[in-house]
Amino acid sequence: MGKTFNVEAHHLVPKHTKLSDAETKKLFEKYNITSKELPKILDTDPVIESLGAKAGDVIKVNRASETAGETVYYREVVDE
Amino acid sequence: MKKEHDELINGYQDKLSPKVLDEIRDNVPADVTKERLTRIMEAVYAVYSQAKICPGECVGLVSAESIGEPGTQMVLRTFHFAGVAEMNVTMGLPRLIEIFDGRKLISTPTMEIYFKKQYGKPEQVRKFAVEIKETVMHEVISDSTLDLLEQTIKIKVNEVLIKDLDLSVADVAKLIKSKIKHFSVNIEGNEIELAYTGKTEEMKEIHSVKEKIKEIKVRGLKRIKQVLPVKRGEEYIILTSGSNLKDVLVLEGVDVTRTTSNDIHEIRNTLGIEAARRAIIDEACKVIGAQGLNIDLRHIMLVADTMCMSGAVKGITRYGIVSEKASVLARASFETPLRHLINAALIGEKDKLSSVVENVMVNQPVPLGTGLPGLVTKMK
Repeated sequence: MGKTFNVEAHHLVPKHTKLSDAETKKLFEKYNITSKELPKILDTDPVIESLGAKAGDVIKVNRASETAGETVYYREVVDE
Repeated sequence: MKKEHDELINGYQDKLSPKVLDEIRDNVPADVTKERLTRIMEAVYAVYSQAKICPGECVGLVSAESIGEPGTQMVLRTFHFAGVAEMNVTMGLPRLIEIFDGRKLISTPTMEIYFKKQYGKPEQVRKFAVEIKETVMHEVISDSTLDLLEQTIKIKVNEVLIKDLDLSVADVAKLIKSKIKHFSVNIEGNEIELAYTGKTEEMKEIHSVKEKIKEIKVRGLKRIKQVLPVKRGEEYIILTSGSNLKDVLVLEGVDVTRTTSNDIHEIRNTLGIEAARRAIIDEACKVIGAQGLNIDLRHIMLVADTMCMSGAVKGITRYGIVSEKASVLARASFETPLRHLINAALIGEKDKLSSVVENVMVNQPVPLGTGLPGLVTKMK
């Protein structure tokens, strides 16, 4: 179907942002990890498609949380 | 609140969660001195640090117990209410198992369709409901006969029903014509006559065409079996039985921000993995809340996060997250041990004994709590 809708407007979808290379490096240094340890997000994910991120990118997710107010989560984009 | 107080509180942004900071901002009296506020912040930080989970704590085990115990008190049966104008939805333990198993086919998929304000009038909502409900041909025809000698099929259309759908006999005939080949279509009153024009004289084929006609979709969206407009609060929404989020969200007038389904996999496919994680938490909380039980949200969040680790929704089953464990022995200890061991033996898999279950099996300290850190001797 040709018609689309704005995925990111939905209340279930938290804010996704693509990290720059410098930010990614800083993140890996802060937690002493490599991209292997990060949770994954598929490149076919509707949000990733609308963001235009590619495999290997790191996505920052700002989740609303009942227990902490807001939490930050990171996912690595991978090929399906 | 003075400016310097704000700065002091903001200085703790990396150390305390936003919710705690907000609570401090709301509850601290405006005339508090800076020294006192500093002491407050230090005390809060000390308590917060103590409440944090220690490294090596077996959170998964605690979650399993905390969800498992109240689970024993849940109803095992799916209730069906006769004559109640609400949808039947699987609740209780069966639903909880369904969510955590990450089932692709759930027993009662439903949607809640919300509308934008200017589309929310009762008549508009009712009209919308009729339009999205899946109607197939055999619901609108009252009779269909097959004449094998003449090789014709006669279909009697129920005129009252199609009038409700805003269709005419000609529309129905046109629909049939577009779907069926090798037949000429004639209309007589409320009857549609189909005559075979093909060359082969296969009786079976005409039979199958007759059945095929009955399955033609007249109107609506796939899988939406039932619709129910209801009033919730101040607005009208539609509850559906059967779920098709992808096609509903692109329709005009639908409020894209609030319309949801209870099918986790469908949410994953249309809204992404993060939305699916949120949906798992919401759905699980709904079930637990409806049973009058109280499970800490963090346990459910941990389960949902684990299920969504790989980017796709994986259930807590031997095909889901358990199959991703690195250790053969850990996989074998869950379900179907022989199969896992044989497969591992065939490809020569190695087990590094790096996790819990396999170390229990070989009677070694498990890497949990005080068993986690290892001692490294510094050689001179």
